[in-house]
This record gives sequence, structure tokens and C-alpha cells, in this order.
Amino acid sequence: MEKRVVFRSAWLPWVLMAPQLAVIGVFFFWPAAQALLQSLQRADAFGMSVDWVGLENFRNLWKDETYLASFYTTAIFSISVAVAGISISLILAVFADRIVKGALAYKTLLIWPYAVAPAVAGVLWLFMFAPSVGVVAYALDVMGFKWNHLLNGTHAMTLVVMAAVWKQISYNFLFFLAGLQSIPKSLLEAAAIDGARPWRRFWTIVFPLLSPTTFFLLVINIVYAFFDTFAIIDAATSGGPGKDTAILVYKVYYDGFKAMDQGGSAAQSVVLMVIVVALTVVQFRFVEKKVNY
Amino acid sequence: MIERRPLLNVFSHVVLILGVLVVAFPLYLTFVASTQTSEAIVQTPMPMLPGSHLIENYTAAWNGTGGGSGAKAPVGRMMMVSLISALIISIGKIAISLLSAFAIVYFRFPFRMFFFWAIFVTLMLPVEVRIGPTYKVVSDLGMLNSYAGLTVPLIASATATFLFRQFFLTVPEELVEAARMDGAGPMRFFKDILVPLSKTSIAALFVIQFIYGWNQYLWPLLVTTNEDMYPVVIGIKRMISGGDSDMQWNVVMATAVLAMLPPAIVVMLMQKWFVKGLVDTEK
Repeated sequence: MEKRVVFRSAWLPWVLMAPQLAVIGVFFFWPAAQALLQSLQRADAFGMSVDWVGLENFRNLWKDETYLASFYTTAIFSISVAVAGISISLILAVFADRIVKGALAYKTLLIWPYAVAPAVAGVLWLFMFAPSVGVVAYALDVMGFKWNHLLNGTHAMTLVVMAAVWKQISYNFLFFLAGLQSIPKSLLEAAAIDGARPWRRFWTIVFPLLSPTTFFLLVINIVYAFFDTFAIIDAATSGGPGKDTAILVYKVYYDGFKAMDQGGSAAQSVVLMVIVVALTVVQFRFVEKKVNY
Repeated sequence: MIERRPLLNVFSHVVLILGVLVVAFPLYLTFVASTQTSEAIVQTPMPMLPGSHLIENYTAAWNGTGGGSGAKAPVGRMMMVSLISALIISIGKIAISLLSAFAIVYFRFPFRMFFFWAIFVTLMLPVEVRIGPTYKVVSDLGMLNSYAGLTVPLIASATATFLFRQFFLTVPEELVEAARMDGAGPMRFFKDILVPLSKTSIAALFVIQFIYGWNQYLWPLLVTTNEDMYPVVIGIKRMISGGDSDMQWNVVMATAVLAMLPPAIVVMLMQKWFVKGLVDTEK
């Protein structure tokens, strides 16, 4: 869509574009290009000399078992976050949509966590589950379950998944509620007259009509789990125990800023960029087609 | 309501109340912990009702006088840093995006589509994937430990430009024709017609960007080494880095409550715009 009527000026549009172009040029394109270059180089420990090593950084990544393990960790983490987050918020949204009285109150109470910073969310969940002081850890202990995420990798993963899901529920909930409210009531009424009970109506009408929203949220949740959860993990487990909760973004940060392996970290950045671009392309193709029954 | 099913209604309320309880429990616990003494928290199980040390803990957090082994920076100062950065990010992003969206929609100039796509690409790559090189650029420019370093790199993404472009495309052409007929130049049209029409979008974006700016973590963690420039989110993380045993959980939790308040207030006050903005930006 284009405007038929436009203004004419040789210099004004350039002036208007200048601030945005300057900012994305200096802080987006230049660093992104640097990441590409660095991924092909190796600097010595003091940063005195730089060698071109071609694709060696990528080959090293491929051979690096901790990196492959981090892929596996990321996959488990993001799938758990997306599936748990989407199912819980779908259930809540479906019931909130049914209710006439008090729906707004529930909605207001449920969108709270969106405002909480991921790092703060990590600290809150850490506090509940800290083996020495945590209330939930204590309750589990009373029930005969020894919780210790400082030693047990599965417990640590469960903890960060719970914190990440908690933070994301409100976002998913709002989208599902908007999706549910746009489903024509006549369809549901017709089905009800034909004798379909709520359970049946949900699976044959509501769920298929929600599929574009669900798919959209699936991509958004995976992207969220990949990138926005760094703060949750850093605050709650610092990637530990061992490297059991070190997702890819955490490893880019750790290798680049703690272990000072610039080339390796840049190569990991490039791999991440490829993943994001792939996810975005998938999302656009499917959103265009409108996933439906 | 399609049919009367009283039992299902009751069940719906039960599910929702359970959901709200689970969602609210961490927040409630945080508040309770922020009103106890640190001794009361350490004994298990900690009390489940608010204690009487609210003012004491919050004053200690605000002034940075709490005990414990973690870092102790005054929260008051950190809240100020967070507030200023969040405001620069949200207002800066909205300002430069309004201008560039205006240029892209209302002017024809060489390379217009090229710039459009250049801006579009930035949507795809969050700052997390290019932290190393971005950090280097910022440190070369001498912007570490400054508001410029904290905010400008986060402004470099195009979400807002897209929202405004979409919105401008729906503004009726007659308005431009009328404005031109009355002799208004482009900037006059922008200031007196376009910006007032975009008020709702601006408000919605402000809420989202404010929360985004306030909640930043990885980037401030890298560019601030000086305690004076810590945003409050980083401050909390530094507080708990002292170890599990002798942490002043009461002060940490008071800080957490303080850190959650401003974005929560913004969301609550602007709930209508926030929901609209969220659903619009992403679709």
C-alpha cells in the first residue's frame, strides 16, 4: 500500500531518516558485521594479533561437546517453556472467556507478571526454592522430596522453566483471550443446538480457529525462551549446576566475556543469528498462509 | 453465554482462582519476606503473614544500609538510573521512529525501499545475539558507564517504526490533500495532524518500551561497572551474589518490590493501551 499524495522535498526526508539510520548503522549493522568478521578470526590472549582462520571457529564449535550439550539444553528448555506456557494460558483464557462476572478482575490479576523484570522473576523463584530458606523447598521436603537445584541439574532446569513460564503466561493469556473473543458466537451456538457439549465444541471449533494464534505464540515463545530468558537463568542458577542450564545465549555471554574467547563467541553469535532469521522466515511464511484447520 | 451450566461456571471460577493464586503467590511471598527480619526468614518455614518490619527494611534498601555480604548500593540511586534509562529508551525510540516512519510513508526519495528493508532487518536480531561487538563499539566510543551507553544501543531496533508505518498507511489521504490545499508544509502536517492522530499508538508503545527499558538486564550488566550507574535490576542480582547463607533476604525482597513497582504501576494505569499496543505490535 502506498500513498498517492506525497510531499516533495529533496532534503527533508534525509533529515527525518538521519537519526534512525545513524543509530542502527552504528549500533546494529556495524556490530553485526564485526560479529561476522570476528567469527572468521582468532585473536591471541592479549588481543595483540589477529589471524584469519576461515571457518575454523565453526569447526571447533561443531567439535566442542559443551556447545552441542548447550544446544540440547536450549532445545529442552525452549520446548518446555513454550508447551507449558501455551497450554496453561490457553486453559486460563478459555475459562476466562466463559465467565461473565469478574472476567476483568481475573485479567488484571493475571497480567501482573508481564511487568516483572526477568532477573527479578529469577530471584523470586530462587527465593521460593532455595534449599536453605525456600518455602516451597521446605514444603517439598516435608512431603519427602529432597529439592536441591544447586546439585541436581533436572531440578535446576525445572526451576528456570517454571520462572520463565510464570513470566510469559500473561502475554500468552492476553493473545488467547483476544483470539477467543474474535471467534463468532454464531458458530458455537449452532454447534450447541446440534447437541455438541462444551468439550466437543472446544476441540472441533474453538481450537482449530485458534490455530493461527497458537502458532504465532509458539514462535514468539521459542524466541522468548532463546533470548529473553538470559536474565532468569543468570539470576536463578548462573547456568549451573555445571553447565546444566547454560542455554546458547548464556554460552555466548560466558565464552565472550568470562572466558574471553572472542572468535568462538562471535561464531556462536552468527549461529544464533541464523537461527533467529530462520524462525522469523518460518513465522512469516506460516502467518501469511494463516494456519487453519 | 451459550447455555446454562452452573457446574461448569463454578469449575471455571475454581480454575481461574487457582491460576491467579499460583501466579500471585511469588509476589505475595516477596511482599511478606520484605516485611520480616532476616532471622525470621531463615528459620524454616518462614512466616506466611506480613511482619512488622516493613518501614525498616524499605529504608535500609533505599539507603543501601542493609547488612549481608552482597553488594550494597542505595536503591534510591539505582531506581533513578532505571527511571532515566527507561524514559530515554521509550521516548527516544518513539521520537526517532515517528520521524523515520513519516519520511518513509509521506516522501519519495532514492533508496527508500532499501532503507525500509535495512530497518526491517533490525527487527530480527535482538541485542543478545550481537552483544560482543556492540559492547566493543560502545567502549570504543567511550560510552561505558553513561546513560548514552545504557540506552542508545537499545534504541537501535525498529519495532516502533513498523507500528507507526502501519498506522500512517491507514490515515486517510484526504487529510494530506486538505492540509496541502490550506498551504501547510510537511512539518506542519506532521506536527498538527499526524502526531495528534497517533496519540493512542504512542501511548501503547510508551508502555511497552518503558517496561522493556526498565527490565533490561544483559546489556546494563556489560556496560556498567560503576555502582553509580547500576539500574535496580542489576542491583538485585549483585545483592544475591554474596552466597546463600548470610543473605539479607528481607532487604533483597524489599528491593525486588521496589523494582517491580514502577513498571507494574505503568501497566495498571495504562492497561487498556498496553493490551492494544501488545496485540498490535506483534501482528
